[in-house]
Amino acid sequence: MIRYLLRRAGTAVVTLFLASIAVFLGVRALPGDPATVLAGESPTPEAVAAIRQQFGLDQPLPVQYLHYVTQALEGNLGSSTQDKAPVTHILAERLPVTLELTVLAMVVGIAVGMLAGIVAAVRRGTALDYAANAFGLFGLSIPHFWLGLLGIVVFSVHWHVLPASGFVGFADDPAGNLERMVMPVLVLGTGLAAVIMRQTRSSLLGQLSADYVRTARSKGMSGLGQLGHALRNSLTTVTTVVGLQLAGLISGAVITEQIFVIPGFGKLIVDGVSSRNYPVIQGAVLVTVTGYVLVNLLVDVAYAYLDPRLRTAGAPE
Amino acid sequence: MTLLEVSGLRVTYRTEDGPVLAAKDVSFSLGRGEILALVGESGCGKTATAMAIPRLLDDTRATIGGSVLLDGVELTALSERRMRDVRGKDISVVFQEPMTSLNPAFTVGRQIGEVLRQHTGLTRRQVRERVVELLDLVGVPDARRRAGSYPHELSGGMRQRVMIATAVACDPKVLIADEPTTALDVTIQAGVLDVIRDLREQLGTAVILITHDLGVVAEVADRVVVMYSGRHVEHSPTAAVFDRPQHPYTIGLLDALPARAALRGGRRRLTEIPGLVPSPATDPDACQFAPRCPRATAECTAARPALTGADGGDGHLVACYHPGPRRDA
Amino acid sequence: MNNAALENGPSAAADPGAAAPEPVPQWRRTLRRLLRRRMAVAGAVLVLLFLLLALVGPLVTGSQTRLGLTHLLAGPSGAHPLGTDDLGRDVLARITGGARVSLLAGVVSTALALVVGVPLGLAAGYYRGWADSVLMRLTDLVLSFPYLVFAVGMAAILGPSLRNVIIALAVAEVPSVVRIVRGETLVLRSQDFVEAAVADGARDAAVMWREILPNMTNTLIVKATVAIPAGILGEAALSFLGLGVQPPQASWGVMLTSAQQFLSQDPLLAVFPGVAIALTTLGFNLLGDGLRDVLDPRELL
Repeated sequence: MIRYLLRRAGTAVVTLFLASIAVFLGVRALPGDPATVLAGESPTPEAVAAIRQQFGLDQPLPVQYLHYVTQALEGNLGSSTQDKAPVTHILAERLPVTLELTVLAMVVGIAVGMLAGIVAAVRRGTALDYAANAFGLFGLSIPHFWLGLLGIVVFSVHWHVLPASGFVGFADDPAGNLERMVMPVLVLGTGLAAVIMRQTRSSLLGQLSADYVRTARSKGMSGLGQLGHALRNSLTTVTTVVGLQLAGLISGAVITEQIFVIPGFGKLIVDGVSSRNYPVIQGAVLVTVTGYVLVNLLVDVAYAYLDPRLRTAGAPE
Repeated sequence: MTLLEVSGLRVTYRTEDGPVLAAKDVSFSLGRGEILALVGESGCGKTATAMAIPRLLDDTRATIGGSVLLDGVELTALSERRMRDVRGKDISVVFQEPMTSLNPAFTVGRQIGEVLRQHTGLTRRQVRERVVELLDLVGVPDARRRAGSYPHELSGGMRQRVMIATAVACDPKVLIADEPTTALDVTIQAGVLDVIRDLREQLGTAVILITHDLGVVAEVADRVVVMYSGRHVEHSPTAAVFDRPQHPYTIGLLDALPARAALRGGRRRLTEIPGLVPSPATDPDACQFAPRCPRATAECTAARPALTGADGGDGHLVACYHPGPRRDA
Repeated sequence: MNNAALENGPSAAADPGAAAPEPVPQWRRTLRRLLRRRMAVAGAVLVLLFLLLALVGPLVTGSQTRLGLTHLLAGPSGAHPLGTDDLGRDVLARITGGARVSLLAGVVSTALALVVGVPLGLAAGYYRGWADSVLMRLTDLVLSFPYLVFAVGMAAILGPSLRNVIIALAVAEVPSVVRIVRGETLVLRSQDFVEAAVADGARDAAVMWREILPNMTNTLIVKATVAIPAGILGEAALSFLGLGVQPPQASWGVMLTSAQQFLSQDPLLAVFPGVAIALTTLGFNLLGDGLRDVLDPRELL
């Protein structure tokens, strides 16, 4: 298992290295010259050149990249072209917001999705199963942003029970924070719940008809005991799906933050693109990708823990 | 003394193409400590018959008719709740595939311990000790360490021993073994059969052994029920089946046995029974074996032969209009 | 002998009395089985409906950009069955135009991803070696970006337009196509019929094209039914964020963006484009579920 995890970690490091190059080059490929943007309203060629020199933009790309990476590893990601604030500060300010949104959505998605999937599989062919399947299909087909807009129409415009948008920190106003988070979390969690429900159901149906479940039944175990046996083997599939869905969750967060005007990473990136705030985009995307790759590594660890065949792989038979 | 009395057992599967009769009017009894073999080709209904006894068939797909009495208790009438107390405790099962019949995610010790926790009031520690004893009993070396192994770390033979340990954990009255050696290497088969025989000696467990392998039958069984297309066609003590087979189908099975063909006359060819096993969906009032039978006459397709006593007494029964030992050409 | 298989599923037992099945082409058998599934048929009907809307709709409904300054944000009426938007444009006409954009984005981006991804995956799985390793690292790289973050970046670099959205979505989709095709190729390459073709001296390209590729069409069909709705949702999302189709051209995502400003005055404006997106993707998902059951490819992702 150690060897397996080391190999996964190695791949993750290589991927992150390549991703940092890709982000670096990608940001430089964005249309528009950051030096011109920085130089203000009517820049003189001298001012632009000075800025180029100041930010090292006149250096060859590999040199610029090396500089960027060494600075980044020291915790310096440059500063925003908007207000000159250090990018690391901006990221530190925005990160908890996105984390709260995605983690809550994940908890909701996994809880609802697994529960619905288990019920659908155990009560296969009943009205409950059909309801869960319908939920799965609609959750898969309805885009986040439309669900968000509908939520605003119904709960904010029509019933006035939830605020339409905005964000307050949990530390400042816990009740206000949660009140504003309810809709975004449900919007973001629905798609995840749908996918997890479908996967849990199909995987559990397969496991429930496995030979070892019949063995459990032959031992006199109850339906619940048999379900426990099957569920334990479905967990590996569900874990994999959660890992794969993380990308979808981050994508959804980008949109959800835009709709509900939540100052998180997604909004930071989209706003950064429209205001050409390159250091901010670069830092935000890099941190997002790092987080995503690390969580996927965690999923691999969880997977190895859940599947004893992987856990002892490499050990002598 | 009769322990298990199966009479008029019928198993019907519901399928997309209509009902399929997997077992038709099967009756037999099992005494304490006796080993009874159910023999036949694939699809003859022997597994359906055996699985109907502890009611392990999927009840959304299969219906069971007839009567199964265990120590005078009618199993077909028990609630599912009560039936759970019977499974694993009074009747336990060893399945054909040791590779897939154990849960890959749990240690074998835990899987053996589960049945003890289900049916006994043993403490955690006692369960652990008993698991090691059981693994010892079925001949798993280094039992204490092996209890912590996962199924994938064990060989097929060891896994089948684990299955047997699970099955005998609560000292059951009846052990049903469904092709317990079929999936194993020939060299390992004998060991597993020895374990089953020893358990009968040591614990007095009665065994229903399902197999298509007459070699296995000759080695361990006391009595044999030969099944064909969902019906039992011959029923007798093991020795009698081998010495004086009555049903042409049984004779055909014996002729397909390599060791026996060699025994009987040097260079004689192994013969196979011509034709196909009939569809279990049909149940005509005729001998189902007639289309493949060398002795078939008009009588055979006019009405179904009843199971009647054959020559020699000693409970040898056969369902055939033209019974009798081989008539060599 | 596999007794368990037979006895547990007696329906599988061969019926010697049954006549040998007529030789029916594979695709017709598949179609017949698909048509027996009500949900899959419903999905196909939805997809065809929107396809029809995209193809002939604009000819019937008139201009999607003509302004009507006399009736802004009007509700449904005889002249405007779905009402008008904030600039007095006919919503039905814009939904119809949006259907064309959506399907174009979904279908073309998927087709592009297949055209690029299939040969790469075939070559990687067939030749293995260093090129395969490099390709796999590259797919890892693209897959390390969440789909939408990658598409946002690509769209930002290329500039906002329908063409660039399609390119961005296609590039984001290529790695998963490469992975699937490579995996299938690895399996198929060691099969007897492929090795026989190789032994006969067939050229590598011929082996890949004639022996290996035809055996993964089921997988690719199912993949397409997953990728097309993903592309449709991707286009809508990018356009919603202002990085895709630009106004005044109609796209369901663009329509939702402008509807967002009038949620309190005219909530219906936000309903119709969303219903259109949801029904189209639902159609593809239902069809895909049905095809998956009928075709049963090894890999689902």
